[in-house]
Amino acid sequence: MKKLLKKLRHSTLYIGLIMLLLLAAAAIAAPYICSYDPISQDLYATLKAPGTSEHLLGTDQLGRDMLSRLLYAARTDLAVMVLAEIVPFISGIFIGMLSGYFGGRTEWIISLVTDTFIAFPYYLLVIVVAFMTGAGIHGIFITFMIVGWLVYARVAKPLTASMKNSEWVQAAKLMGYSDLRIIVKEIFPNVLPQAVVVLMTDMAALLVAIVTLGYLGIGITAPAPDWGSMISEGQTLIGTAPYLSLLPGLMVVYTGISLSLIGDGLADRWR
Amino acid sequence: MTDKIKKKNHKVESDKITASTRSAFNKSYRAWFIKALLRALTVIVLVMLAVFFIIRLVPGDPAVMVLGEHADEAAVEALRQKLHLDMPAGQQFVLFIRNILTSFDTGISIKYGVSCRSLVLQYVPVTLSLILLSMLITVVLTVILAFGAAMHRDGILDHMIRIIPAFTEGMPVFWVGLLLILFFAVKLGWFPVGGVGSGGTAFWKSLVLPAVTIAFGQIPPLIRSLREQLIEVLDADFVVTLKAARIPKRQIFIRHVLRNSFVPTLMLMSVNLSYLIGGTLIVEKVFAVRGMGKLLFDAISNRDFPLVQAVALYCAIFVVIISLVTDMIAHRADPRMLE
Repeated sequence: MKKLLKKLRHSTLYIGLIMLLLLAAAAIAAPYICSYDPISQDLYATLKAPGTSEHLLGTDQLGRDMLSRLLYAARTDLAVMVLAEIVPFISGIFIGMLSGYFGGRTEWIISLVTDTFIAFPYYLLVIVVAFMTGAGIHGIFITFMIVGWLVYARVAKPLTASMKNSEWVQAAKLMGYSDLRIIVKEIFPNVLPQAVVVLMTDMAALLVAIVTLGYLGIGITAPAPDWGSMISEGQTLIGTAPYLSLLPGLMVVYTGISLSLIGDGLADRWR
Repeated sequence: MTDKIKKKNHKVESDKITASTRSAFNKSYRAWFIKALLRALTVIVLVMLAVFFIIRLVPGDPAVMVLGEHADEAAVEALRQKLHLDMPAGQQFVLFIRNILTSFDTGISIKYGVSCRSLVLQYVPVTLSLILLSMLITVVLTVILAFGAAMHRDGILDHMIRIIPAFTEGMPVFWVGLLLILFFAVKLGWFPVGGVGSGGTAFWKSLVLPAVTIAFGQIPPLIRSLREQLIEVLDADFVVTLKAARIPKRQIFIRHVLRNSFVPTLMLMSVNLSYLIGGTLIVEKVFAVRGMGKLLFDAISNRDFPLVQAVALYCAIFVVIISLVTDMIAHRADPRMLE
């Protein structure tokens, strides 16, 4: 048992990658795999339990095929998750590096802004911005552009501060390189691995946030299927048809596990 | 005889040293405290500023929200004037801050027509009880499990604790809540499916599942942090010395090991607090609990500006006070943090 657990811990990166690639492949191939349209209703076949021959994972209260809904939701949710990370990832690292590199007043201002964002309940901020921009995909993008950079800034700042006085940065300074060049060419490559590890956990957190907004009814909107709104629709029938809310949740958990396995694996490798 | 004098002298000497270090500590502590207090106030003001202007960026006019879309234009205009919505936003903000500073008055809810403070006071007990209960569960489980893992390093519990976060990190809070409802309320019938019971036992009983749901998301990172710290301290030279001196194990753990290792975990917990408050909003929806989260969500949907500001203000004050208190505890327990 112990040995098995230890072995599992050492191959986390590959397990996570395989899990994620399988899901991504299924999501991309959804139109070819699924024999049902995810939003077409069939009121003669409502609430079919999973395992019936026509509907592998059953149907919901409107007779929509669960398997195709889950896979089409994966397309939207995963695409939004990846795309919404791009801007915060880059801006957060740069804000953190600036703050750590220059210190003094720059650091003071940036850390005051960061503190304010942190004193702000995270989901409250997300919800207010989601209301502000209106429900839908673009709202999610704007929301995470505003709040997502924090995590990366918090990783990049202390790392940069610790590198600032290292010999090679001093050497670069003596060579007459500009601050910008030192930050981009010398410090950035050394901050990147840590930031990528954080990216993996943060993507899982972002997916949860996307799904949560969907659950609250201010995220990805109907008729596009989304795991969050599927869970919320299924909640009323939790006593009679629990699979309606369990399956989409399992998809989120599966994605989260694969991402955090990749993150752990990378962290081990780069340590 | 001479021995005694020596001892006495020694005692006086050591008293002098502790007294001088203590006064030095007090001095830097006071300086730190004033700085921290100022910073806390700045953060509250910034949060209020942000809330005030962000909520006004949300499309939709509160006056129209109250009177309905087909209301008479003159009536809408009259209500806007009554609510001071016709003023420029900057002037409204000054008015808002002045009312808070002079009479701690956060205004009257547009939707309900009563003071925001009374609404907050009405909704806060449930949410506060929920947060306290979940904190209790979090602390107890974290300490027990982290100790278990640190004591038997590379044991089964230790490995489990390092693997479990991979599963829990990606679990949506509301989905965990649904699982608990399905198992403990629908299948076993131990707890109510939703809502809040009235009166002692029923009240706390209805808060158990929501509190566990909140604690569930908090515990894994806390265990990880405390476990790491415990291991570091358990390996420290002074613990080895204490063990060699045959000091009782329990005394070593509580007085020396725990005291020297809980600070980072405590800090992590206080950072998580603001997540926790946002988390209660979702948990309240899952379990149909009428608390601050619901109050806030409805206030935002109704564009009830004064109520949103009031809830945000009370939340911000709560978060800032808690983080100030945790910082104070941390500095008392580990004076090195002042440097």
